Amino acid sequence: MWLWFHRLASPKHFYRVAERLNPWLGSATLVVLIVGLYWGLVIAPPDYEQGDSYRIIFVHVPAAWMSLFVYAVMAGAGAVTLVWRLKVAEAVMRAAAPLGAWFTFLALVTGSLWGKPMWGTYWVWDARLTSELILLFLYLGFIALQSAMEDRRTAARAGAVLALVGVVNIPIIHYSVEWWATLHQGPTVTKLDAPSISLTMLAPLLVMALGFLLHFATTGLIRARCELLEGEARSGWVRELARRRRT
Amino acid sequence: MVRAFAAILGRDLVLALRRRGELGNPLVFFVVVVTLFPLALGPAQETLARIAPGILWVAALLAATLAMEALFRSDFEDGSLEQLLLSPHPPALLLLAKVAAHWLATGLPLILISPLLALFVNLPGQALPVLVATLALGTPTLSLVGAIGVALTVGLRRGGLLLALLVLPLYVPVLIFAAGAVDNAAAGLSAAGPIYFLAALLVLAVTLAPPATAASVRISLG
Repeated sequence: MWLWFHRLASPKHFYRVAERLNPWLGSATLVVLIVGLYWGLVIAPPDYEQGDSYRIIFVHVPAAWMSLFVYAVMAGAGAVTLVWRLKVAEAVMRAAAPLGAWFTFLALVTGSLWGKPMWGTYWVWDARLTSELILLFLYLGFIALQSAMEDRRTAARAGAVLALVGVVNIPIIHYSVEWWATLHQGPTVTKLDAPSISLTMLAPLLVMALGFLLHFATTGLIRARCELLEGEARSGWVRELARRRRT
Repeated sequence: MVRAFAAILGRDLVLALRRRGELGNPLVFFVVVVTLFPLALGPAQETLARIAPGILWVAALLAATLAMEALFRSDFEDGSLEQLLLSPHPPALLLLAKVAAHWLATGLPLILISPLLALFVNLPGQALPVLVATLALGTPTLSLVGAIGVALTVGLRRGGLLLALLVLPLYVPVLIFAAGAVDNAAAGLSAAGPIYFLAALLVLAVTLAPPATAASVRISLG
């Protein structure tokens, strides 16, 4: 078990394991997402107040959850990068960043699409919206730093420091924004946090969350594999791989 | 260790004083940005008084960010930054001295000129002490957090814009509490709560930022 785990730290083995896992994860993602979407959009009952427009939560809520989860993955991989300098961790970290940024963007867009009919406006400076927006800025800063540095390994370590600084800051930003929003008293009555959600709606929501998680795992592994191939382009196993593919 | 700290602090202050022209730049920037707001929003006194805390703080934040870029640049170019890391003293402490000197040279003047600018934007008189207090507590935090970003981007050709992109989101809590405190004071309320938060942020930044800055400098020097 431990031996298997240690071997995972070598780019070559990680690449092989990921290559084998990818089709399975990909098909699982597809199945779970189709089940979740059908359940959420067709089977689940309409809300008695919001009618059918509440159904956007089946995309919005999982995306918002993933936006935080992916940052945690990124920071975890960043910590491993700094401590053990594993190339695999660097690849995972860099692979996660754009995905996290897209999840954040998706959560913001679906939220504002839902906000237009419900709150009467696309955007309010509510605490959650604002901290999600700042999270997006943190992702974009990370990506900008990655593309600005030429040396991949230096860029990865710099990004790791930035991700960890961000992790320390995210709770502070979140609570300060919350304090700010309650101080200024937003113009609309917000939030879907209070009313306890019915099981008929919760179940498809959780299925969708699982689908998003699987989707992240699939695309994350594909991206991490690309990162490894680019970073290791001169090493023996990549050349071997390329030679075998050609023939 | 204290002597090394004092030596770096003294050296950087002398260097800053030798380049008086550069010293004034953030200050002039601060004044110009604050001047732009009445031009854009119209000179109505009540409007200005209402948004004065926000204007002053956003301008101070931008001025501090722009000034940050030069923090490690000359030391990086002439190699003294490497020597700093090679010294037997903890690099976090030495870098803290550099940040402190930089704040004395760029942050302190902002605080000193802020009463004049408060006059420009018609900030109510009772809010002035609070504005000075928030600047005194807030700008060192900005310098400490910004130093991490500077250390990460110091080796890059055009780091200025990138630096702003990296650190501005991290400045959000300081901006919220500082502008909130001045707002409260302008409305005649107590500003103690947000000021305590600012002080807490400063303590956090003093303890956590220098080690992160040291790690970043190590990475940038390769």
